[in-house]
Amino acid sequence: MSTSKRIILTLVAFFITVFHIIPFYILITTSLKVRGDFSSRWTFPDYFTLENFTTAWQNANLGNAFMNSFIITTGAAILLIFFGSMAAYPLARRATKLNKAILVLFVAIMVVPPLTALVPLYQMVVQIGMLNTRTVAILNNVAAFMPLTIFLYSGFIRSTIPKELEEAAKIDGCSTLGIFFKIVFPLLKPVTASVLIIACVFIWNDYQFAIFFLQSSDVHTLTVAMDSFVGANQNNLGLVAAAAFMAMIPMAILFLFLQKYFIAGLSSGAVKG
Amino acid sequence: MSELAGKVSNTVNPKKPKKYKIEKHSSLWWMYLPALLFVTTFIVYPFINGFRISFTDWNGFSQDSNFIGLDQYRRMFTDPTTWTVVRNTLLYGIGSTILQNVIGLGYALLLNSKIKMRTLTRTVVYLPVIISPLIMGYIFYLIFAFQNGALNDAITFFGFNPINALGNPSVNPLIIVLVNTYQFVGIAMIIYLAGLQSISKDYYEAADIDGASAWQQFKSITLPLLAPSITINVVLNIIGGLKLFDVIIALTGGGPGNASQSSSTFMYSLYFSRQDAGYAATQGILVAFIILIISLLALWYFKRKEIEA
Repeated sequence: MSTSKRIILTLVAFFITVFHIIPFYILITTSLKVRGDFSSRWTFPDYFTLENFTTAWQNANLGNAFMNSFIITTGAAILLIFFGSMAAYPLARRATKLNKAILVLFVAIMVVPPLTALVPLYQMVVQIGMLNTRTVAILNNVAAFMPLTIFLYSGFIRSTIPKELEEAAKIDGCSTLGIFFKIVFPLLKPVTASVLIIACVFIWNDYQFAIFFLQSSDVHTLTVAMDSFVGANQNNLGLVAAAAFMAMIPMAILFLFLQKYFIAGLSSGAVKG
Repeated sequence: MSELAGKVSNTVNPKKPKKYKIEKHSSLWWMYLPALLFVTTFIVYPFINGFRISFTDWNGFSQDSNFIGLDQYRRMFTDPTTWTVVRNTLLYGIGSTILQNVIGLGYALLLNSKIKMRTLTRTVVYLPVIISPLIMGYIFYLIFAFQNGALNDAITFFGFNPINALGNPSVNPLIIVLVNTYQFVGIAMIIYLAGLQSISKDYYEAADIDGASAWQQFKSITLPLLAPSITINVVLNIIGGLKLFDVIIALTGGGPGNASQSSSTFMYSLYFSRQDAGYAATQGILVAFIILIISLLALWYFKRKEIEA
């Protein structure tokens, strides 16, 4: 590659980077401006106050929302990893007619858009009295991501875990569950990491399910809390910007530190899903 | 790991005990029972129940509802809003797919060359993928808002009249496509980048010797060998775009009127604002069919291309 071409391409990359940073730049300038400051969003204010951040944190009840998002995401991720890997094992190892049919069922469900089932699901949740509980949010997200989880685990087990390992353990007198959790599961770390990242990003950011099932403010997750906070503060965008900034920061920091794993994990889900 | 496996297999007695053989042919179905239970309760059963609700006039909260046959379907096909919603849903799906693939491939080609800053560019382009689309929508509201939005601040700075991008029904669906593209172009970029890196340099060297131009090389080597990545990206982006919800709620709320409503937001407003659950379920079935047909068509079309390539 010639030097001039390299310089042009580097410049192009520079402009793309700047272009993609603009929204975050606007978010920060806005979040630092107090109510009634209508100066251009492109400029920083000539004063410094974090008032928007403290007010937004309290009024949007973000502490509580962080806690709810954290509980729901962690709970769902643990159940997904436990039941998903356990389900994938026989589906990957025992190619009986029944198991093949079940695997097809799981794959078929991946194509069906979850929102199709939202109205009847809401009805069912109301009937069993689980509306506005974190439990229902956890169970729902587990169901929504179960097919993808099983798909990732069974593909990995089939292609990388040697059968001989399990046969040896079997002869040593291990039970099936014992073999799975003591011998197979520890070898599944790479795919467990992918499942964990996919679950964390999508369940943490979920809004469509949460807005249906978590309407009462004490169970609001970050997205739902943001939604109602924005609704109440549409004429004070400084507050909205501060709240949005705080809501996105935990995931953004995790991403910047674990970028390699995030990109690998999310694309493995994308490629196989 | 294979070394370990080798050692283990050496220790296995060639005459396998009977107990093992029995286990081998059992399906171990109880191990996937919990997963199956989750999926049946929260996806399969509601999905089937959705068909039942679509034949009723249920309002979403009362105990009773009446069976009204195909009335909701008749209503759906004569409702002009249905066509606005279907048009928008297709625009979000197909528009985002085209933009994300063209721009994503462009970015991938750029970052595949050995330039400085490519790690930084990759990080910045990918970052929005992990941020909630709802919050991304609010951030873009700061840019596109009519009063004191960053776009209008810039436009008026240069002496032009401000534009009402979000309030104009013929423009705001396009803004929504652009925001969705900005957010998820990173996924397409990464998948294309992985695809590009798996293409052997030998092809390009041979083409250079034959005197093929850069464009000829792109057309005859890069594109055909990227076919699997294109399939993945197209199917993924179409499904994501057709399901669009969060960004629309954050930017326009589906308005003005129903002008920027997608199937998802329309169902949501039918259910909660208009107490029209039976009709919402009917719209849900329509969108399920649209998504199914389009993703199968896309899969079929691009898979065929892959085989030819």
